[in-house]
Amino acid sequence: MNSEQLAWKIRRHGIEMTHLSGGSHIGAVLSVADIVAVLYSDVIKYNPENPKWDERDRFVFSKGHAGAAVYAALAESGFFAVEELKTHYQNGSRLSGHVSHYLPGIDFSTGSLGHGLSAAAGMAYAAKKDRKEHKVYAVLGDGECNEGSIWEAVMFANHFRLNNLICVVDHNHMASLDFNENTIEIEDFGAKWSAFGWNVIEIDGNNHDELKHAFQEAATNAEMPSHRPTVIIANTIKGYGISFMQNDILWHYRFPHDGWEYDMAVTELHEHKPTDVEDPYTPNGIENPIHPQPGDDIGNDHTFSYTWNTTYPEKMRRVEATPGTSEREHRL
Amino acid sequence: MRDTFVRTLIDLAKANKNIELITGDLGFGVLKPFWEQLPDQFTDIGIAEQNMTTVAAGMALEGKTVFTYSIGNFPTLRCLEQIRNDCAYHHANVKIVCVGGGLVYGSLGMSHHATEDLAILRALPDVVVMAPADLVEAEEATRAIAAYPGTCYLRLGRGGEKRIHEKIDAFQIGKAIKVRNGKDIAIFSTGAIFEEVDEAREILKNRGYSPAVYTFPTVKPIDRDVINDCSEKFDLIVTCEEHNIVGGFGGAVAEIMAEKGNRKASLLRVGLNDTYASVVGNQKYLRDQYGLSACKIADKIEEKING
Repeated sequence: MNSEQLAWKIRRHGIEMTHLSGGSHIGAVLSVADIVAVLYSDVIKYNPENPKWDERDRFVFSKGHAGAAVYAALAESGFFAVEELKTHYQNGSRLSGHVSHYLPGIDFSTGSLGHGLSAAAGMAYAAKKDRKEHKVYAVLGDGECNEGSIWEAVMFANHFRLNNLICVVDHNHMASLDFNENTIEIEDFGAKWSAFGWNVIEIDGNNHDELKHAFQEAATNAEMPSHRPTVIIANTIKGYGISFMQNDILWHYRFPHDGWEYDMAVTELHEHKPTDVEDPYTPNGIENPIHPQPGDDIGNDHTFSYTWNTTYPEKMRRVEATPGTSEREHRL
Repeated sequence: MRDTFVRTLIDLAKANKNIELITGDLGFGVLKPFWEQLPDQFTDIGIAEQNMTTVAAGMALEGKTVFTYSIGNFPTLRCLEQIRNDCAYHHANVKIVCVGGGLVYGSLGMSHHATEDLAILRALPDVVVMAPADLVEAEEATRAIAAYPGTCYLRLGRGGEKRIHEKIDAFQIGKAIKVRNGKDIAIFSTGAIFEEVDEAREILKNRGYSPAVYTFPTVKPIDRDVINDCSEKFDLIVTCEEHNIVGGFGGAVAEIMAEKGNRKASLLRVGLNDTYASVVGNQKYLRDQYGLSACKIADKIEEKING
């Protein structure tokens, strides 16, 4: 399966899993889907027959709330049956809302933000001490970078020259209530990593060519005499691939309900389905899908700062973007 | 106790190249022998305990046995969630070492008093909690946790503790040690407060009592057998700890006793009376101020007996 096919599968599984479970975080699943797809199709060394294979690359998914994306990639890569994805969030399932190492293929449990980079750095440090050749990949969220512990790990990884560590930040520019810049400013994000000593590659993180090129560049960086770790800042759109979810913070928590939400999400995915990919749930798409009606909640601004009218002497709403579009936010 | 720990760890680490020591930038004058003799197994990770603890977990998952080292509450409360999620949940081979359990750093102030750590660490599933009473227990505990596959907490005093035991036969995690025979009263002690407990026993002897004394180098898993046995044999069990009265060693003993039917013994818990130590002073002075000196312990026990 190529990366585009896998990314489509991740999105399709993500819609189904959150639809069935009433689970949150579909917006983050959609933003990170391309990163995870490229990692599993083109980058990470793994062996589903032997998930603990010593020479595998390690993978730490620090934004554990988007675990549905990783579960989908693992199932599609042969770690367990695709059928099991339907148990997401269910009683007795192995697929908790946030990833757990009790599932084969998960190297590290996460869910509390700000832990994953330290864990990946510890793995990379141990590998370097033991002169092992594998790499350690960590995928972080950008809102997660509010956590101070991330920057402890950033300093550590640079100081110990962990050139076997590659970090990808799913920079979807949103956290859980609003855009980052209306929550806690993180820009100039790349400059911050650079100031901490890292190689920084900034790309469009929903573009597979750019992702693949970035991972190649990261591999080249690892050979450079400076031995610095590399971060790929993958600029993505939260909700990417389902137009009405894009840039709409509503879809951080909301799941696609029965009716137009589910039907439109599936229909839109089918409009962009790569060839030779099968949809296990609705093989031919949805016949006579329910469409949204006037008054349905599309294109509305659900960011907290939209209705947070403080008299504090500083301007606190600093960016916005039109919900339901893929435009980048602009400064107010 | 601190130096004993370092000496023992050097021994162990020389024999096992997978043993690593990480400090959160503490241990001046203490850890030097380790980094000089075993430079490739030592890391100063800087003043960043959250990162220290999770890096240790990551290394442990790659096959290392990682000791994290700091003082007071820094290696525990500062990074509690990292211990819970990243070490304990993963059964990671991380050994959290605190120097300065209790009121060791008395004059430095409340920030440096580790007085809730036993209760908090004990509440975490899959964490062994140890607080040795003397140098011999410290060495045995260090060896035992190094051999134990999983997350452990080792609470040390600082130095100058008395040697109680000549040697300990068959030291085991989870086993209490009888130090003195006696009757009617059994005093259970964990950690370095033992020196006060032993003196309290002398005071009580002079007043006509003859308490038995046990040390509990392991707070979790607690030695149920000794507690149950003593609950039947003695009239009074006294727990002593340099720690808050809530949830710690005394709490652990109380849990066992409360669930035991047909017991003869009642219970007296001695510890900090649910307060922070805000008075300024050294360890000895603060122990007395907060009711943990030998004399105050003996008085409390006598008061309890005379009801």
